[in-house]
Amino acid sequence: MAEDTPREAEAQASPEAHINVAPSPHLASTSGACTTRWMMLDVLIALVPLIVAALVVFRLYAVKQLAICVVTCVVAEALFTRWRGRHANLNDLSAVVTGVILALSLPWSAPWYVGLIAGTVAIGLGKIVFGGLGQNLFNPAMVGRAFVLVCFPVALGATAYQSDTSALDAVTAATPLTRAVQDGESASLWSLFLGNVNGSLGETSALACLAGGIFLCLRRTASWEIAAGTILSTAVVALIAQLLGDGVLSMLHHILAGALLFGAFFIATDPVSSPLTPTGKWIFGVGIGLFVMLMRLFSGYPEGVMFAVLLMNATTPLINRWTIPRPVGGPAPVQV
Amino acid sequence: MAATLKDLPGTGSFARGIHPEDRKIFAADAAIEVAPTPRDVIVPLHQHTGAPCEVVVKNRQSVSMGEVLGEAEAFVSAPVHTPIAGKVARTGVVTLPNGRHVAAVPVRSDGDQLEGQDLFEDMFGGDWPVTDLDGHSADQIVDAVRRAGIVGMGGAAFPTHVKLTPNKDKPIDVLLINGSECEPYLTADYRLMMEAPAPIITGALLAARAIGAERIVIAIEDNKPRAIGAMEQAVAGTGVEIAGVTTRYPMGGERQLIPAVLDREVPTGGLPLDVGVVVLNVGTCAAVARAVLRGKALTHRIVTVSGSGIEYPKNLLAPIGISYQELIDHCGGLRSSAARVLSGGPMMGFSLGELDAPVTKGTSGITVLTQDDLIDQEETPCVRCGRCVDVCPLNLVPTKIALAARHRDWDLARQYHITACMECGCCAYACPAQIPLVQLVRMGKALLPRP
Ligand code: SF4
Ligand code: SF4
Repeated sequence: MAEDTPREAEAQASPEAHINVAPSPHLASTSGACTTRWMMLDVLIALVPLIVAALVVFRLYAVKQLAICVVTCVVAEALFTRWRGRHANLNDLSAVVTGVILALSLPWSAPWYVGLIAGTVAIGLGKIVFGGLGQNLFNPAMVGRAFVLVCFPVALGATAYQSDTSALDAVTAATPLTRAVQDGESASLWSLFLGNVNGSLGETSALACLAGGIFLCLRRTASWEIAAGTILSTAVVALIAQLLGDGVLSMLHHILAGALLFGAFFIATDPVSSPLTPTGKWIFGVGIGLFVMLMRLFSGYPEGVMFAVLLMNATTPLINRWTIPRPVGGPAPVQV
Repeated sequence: MAATLKDLPGTGSFARGIHPEDRKIFAADAAIEVAPTPRDVIVPLHQHTGAPCEVVVKNRQSVSMGEVLGEAEAFVSAPVHTPIAGKVARTGVVTLPNGRHVAAVPVRSDGDQLEGQDLFEDMFGGDWPVTDLDGHSADQIVDAVRRAGIVGMGGAAFPTHVKLTPNKDKPIDVLLINGSECEPYLTADYRLMMEAPAPIITGALLAARAIGAERIVIAIEDNKPRAIGAMEQAVAGTGVEIAGVTTRYPMGGERQLIPAVLDREVPTGGLPLDVGVVVLNVGTCAAVARAVLRGKALTHRIVTVSGSGIEYPKNLLAPIGISYQELIDHCGGLRSSAARVLSGGPMMGFSLGELDAPVTKGTSGITVLTQDDLIDQEETPCVRCGRCVDVCPLNLVPTKIALAARHRDWDLARQYHITACMECGCCAYACPAQIPLVQLVRMGKALLPRP
């Protein structure tokens, strides 16, 4: 180590290095998303294609909705944690993620107060009452969305998506799933795939969802087991329904239309409210897919992702308990 | 997998685990160097698992190299010997890196010492027969190993003669030699395999005779192709097999290595002998050969001194009982950027507050990290991301165990198999929230009420 000669002098000059002690391990992973903040940044990066798609299709409406939701969530996080007498850690960006996902799950036409209320409820009831980041049972964004859906059924119902007077092409028609339920008419698969169909901000383009979602899974920030479980089980049930000749939607319609892909990759994979073990993640994902199809096929409600996620969230502690993995070498013998 | 694994039942790998940067480059190419004889050594009387030794020398007594300083009656124990010729001083107390306070015998160097190249030759040089070992009966081998005070040199320091003592109920068919050295930075076993493969193989053959194992397999991680090459040459004609295993932490753990090579699963709470296997570290094997063929005690070991906080990383043949400080000084001292000094490697090593602790039989290395190596992140809440689960080599749910330990919920901790944890550190390594999972599990295990 020839280049180290000056360092030698330095070492002799100060033999007393300041050493500290700590428990092992002394190294931490530096690859992938190695901090919570990085995980959240990963999610935001993965959401970029969806945001772009939303901006292209819904223009200013999308900007407005995103701004309202993100600002509300961040402010709510800061205020509520202060009330709890805790130090608000906005640096972890989790509130921003909740805000963006919430905005993307709302219809473009939702009035400003809807975003405001949904954001406040998402953070307040969805997260802080449970004890903040990591403690919540339900996906906060979905709690907020469910709350406003119940409060403002008209502003958020099927008709909210449609506007005959709007300048935007996409929104003169009902959402593809609503059209299917009401008029028995199905959208072209190609437009579903690329976007440019009506729907909540984040669900217009299947392509954007796939791109962002696959990125997240490759980064191991989202669990691929959950996304795969959701999509596969939806596909299987939809295929059976298609073969039985029930409804107008094909299997591909069920997967590409509505919030399914968005939900599978971005909502269901919220780590906090999903199970820990790979087996648990499969059960969780498959459960979501089944509930979605149950609602789509047997209820008048054209969507279902939100309720399916919330339902499965509720079962997460149970799934965790059921799927305690067998340790290598088997369980420890009971000592006598 | 490597062609060398052809006839073995295992896949050469195990599930989960992590891939930390190996950072062996610091010391991998530094040939073993004999540390200069220190003026003083202080030999702890309890360096091993089992009963501590009692002093058997008197104050001011003159001792020659290899003389017994302390021994114990108990079966699970190992005597300690002086690595230098000199005069014994009054027994004192030292603090070992693991925090244990133990009695220790100081010896001040006096008279002629075996040192330098002569010492190296005496330890590893000369002829190491691989045939005609039949003259050594199992009892003789076990007895020689016991008297030499040999313990597992991979870090666990379990007395080797206990492992080698035949047990009628649990016949052993495979002797597995662990040369995987999966901890980052450490290269002591690597250098030994390259520079002195012969005593390792002789020792393995002797140990296999003692336990009656028909098969001997030496497992080496495939990031050490040169060591694999050297060992392959050395085993020619002896029937000893070499298994190149996947480089993945913690491959060196018995519970990973045995499934990887032999496809046998050691039961939780059990030992390798429950599945017919004895595992010995390569350094231990060399010590066995020396003890049985030359009657020499375990007085020296190879210690890697490495890391970016060390001026000149080296692999030193060091007397047991020399202080960490002296070895570090011999490697040019700490750099001013040094931030943490570890006994062992960064995954399972203990950090030292004081550098005057003595090197013991289980000290595999001294790793000095700088602030840049350490990740100084504050702990944030668990986001239940499951990464700890994805990497735990024992398939545990570390976050739940740690949570249970934190809340002193012992039933929950048991449900999640707290006692199975081997404290390998994979979970804490992978955790994005920097939760001290291993520390919590360790604390939980210590406080766990006995049922
Ligand atoms: S890796 Fe850390 S943050 Fe993730 S589940 Fe385990 S303990 Fe929680
Ligand atoms: S320290 Fe224990 S819990 Fe953590 S990965 Fe290792 S064995 Fe699993």
